Amino acid sequence: MILFILCFVLFLIGLYGVVTKRNLIKIIISIAIMEYSINLFFILIGYIKGATAPIINDEVQAAVFVDPLPQAMILTAIVIGLATTALLLAIAIRLYRKYGTFDIRKINSLKG
Amino acid sequence: MNSLVPLFVIIPLGSAFLMAIFGRIIKGFNKVLLPLALLFLTYLSIKFLLGAEGTITYQVGGFAPVAGVPIAIYLAVDGLSRLMLTIISLIGFLACFYSISYINIYTAERKYLILFSLMIAGMNGIVISGDIFNIFVFLEIASIASYALVAFGIDRQELEASFKYQVLGGVASLLILFSIGFLYWRTGTLNIADISTQLPYGGIFVKFIAMVFLVGFGLKAAIFPFHSWLPDAHSSAPSPISAMLSGVLIKAVGLYVIFRLFFNMFALSHQIAMIITVLGTLSMVIGGLLAIGQWDIKRLLAYSSISQVGYIILGVGIGMLILSRQGNTAVASLAIIGGIFHLLNHSVFKSLLFLSAGAVEFRTGERNMKKLGGLAEVLPVTSSTSMIASLSISGLPPFNGFFSKLLIIIAAVQAGYYLLALLAVIISIVTIGYFMKMQKFTFFNRSRVFWQDRNIREVPFVMCFSMIILALLCFALSLLMIPSLRDVVLTPAVNVLVEGLKYTNAVLGY
Repeated sequence: MILFILCFVLFLIGLYGVVTKRNLIKIIISIAIMEYSINLFFILIGYIKGATAPIINDEVQAAVFVDPLPQAMILTAIVIGLATTALLLAIAIRLYRKYGTFDIRKINSLKG
Repeated sequence: MNSLVPLFVIIPLGSAFLMAIFGRIIKGFNKVLLPLALLFLTYLSIKFLLGAEGTITYQVGGFAPVAGVPIAIYLAVDGLSRLMLTIISLIGFLACFYSISYINIYTAERKYLILFSLMIAGMNGIVISGDIFNIFVFLEIASIASYALVAFGIDRQELEASFKYQVLGGVASLLILFSIGFLYWRTGTLNIADISTQLPYGGIFVKFIAMVFLVGFGLKAAIFPFHSWLPDAHSSAPSPISAMLSGVLIKAVGLYVIFRLFFNMFALSHQIAMIITVLGTLSMVIGGLLAIGQWDIKRLLAYSSISQVGYIILGVGIGMLILSRQGNTAVASLAIIGGIFHLLNHSVFKSLLFLSAGAVEFRTGERNMKKLGGLAEVLPVTSSTSMIASLSISGLPPFNGFFSKLLIIIAAVQAGYYLLALLAVIISIVTIGYFMKMQKFTFFNRSRVFWQDRNIREVPFVMCFSMIILALLCFALSLLMIPSLRDVVLTPAVNVLVEGLKYTNAVLGY
């Protein structure tokens, strides 16, 4: 249970960063932290203490296997996360070229 | 017909792939391929809408259920999905056709069309998927394509809007993923139909998951407290993309999934229904009031989207409230018909409004209403189609917007929510106000006639064609009030929601 709570704390740290940080790169890092906490959460869901990998053959006869589905899901989620982070960083670089700063207080051409 | 279901994802995904390979070699390949592919999808979806009955399921990979437990990824196409598929394909085709000419003001048309195609693939995937993790994957495909398309102009405003949209959209996606994980933990399955049988009724966990889902998809649908990204993103995107985002994307990604999950997966609860209705009402009121003060045409339209999405949620929310306390089912289905009908109508007239705003920008390069005026004489087609859409969105008869708003208001009165009915009427009047402001300052204001001297011509035929078709649809959709037509198009969609948990039986077949 303590692991789940720590995982949730990690999620909240990321959310705090997204809400309070003023630097584009720090915001992107905070989103990445949130993403990792969710990846961890998925792995924790599938993990069973003392269980083996779910490969059934003659040597492995264990009765308890870990759940492979969350791992498969999280592989997909990691790839999606890579795409979002790459796009965020690309936009951040473009913004830096236009404004010459990463500070979101100075990037404010949209109002109202 | 079952085997045709995956085509809705395969065709746009495949054409994106083909465009990426052959678009560079063969000149004009992209501009021909994508409209044809989307036209075929429109044909296919209308065939589904008119021809199919009940729920069509397709098991990806063909794995049959073992001992009643579904193993394969399910694709489920029921009444609501069919309606959404038709909206996505039809508006997608018209916006894509319009883009053929409009894209000339940008470079990199190949990338634009590839992203457009991926966005369609993502939205179709969300709508036909019966598996909650698959919904997440397709949602990300649609969202990432739309993030890139919002930034397509790569100027200061576009980049800033895209960054804001990406941060909020990213947080929303993570909240959705978190609640999917939570659901899997509690139920051990990802199939929506199967989850609804496994999920315990009530309980703190279910309420927590429901709230996280509501925040996640509320951010995607730009419901009131989460709306701040929408005016920036929708006004900065190229106009056909704004039409797709406002007309289709927020509905397929946000509203459709909210309706699907809260009617068909979670057991209806009075508190959640109350929260949804209140948020819908607030977005209706606040979006409408914020729209009055806008001087940028596309920004005004974006705020109006928030307001109109509020109407849709209000209609469906009233239905949900009545159903959750076992009230009169006839009134509940009337309210939900109003909401779903308004969803259909809004996708038509809001895309038309964005396309005509795009036509104004295409010819004048200006979006600020203070600097425009007197365009009615030089842009007659744009002006008249924009007028039709404005009257329609303001809810004047005989246009389609009038009937859907009328249904929502009648249902609110019959259900005894007089305050909500009054607010809906007042905001409808406010809507007339800000659209008349837009019409006057953009097309009629004769004190600023200098635009007429600048040798402006009407926009090219392909752009006019899309706008005229949408304007005709504004009239034609009023015919859905005739009961026999309504039974074909709207009633199956509404029945899916009213029958709630029967979705499970329909999909799993037991």
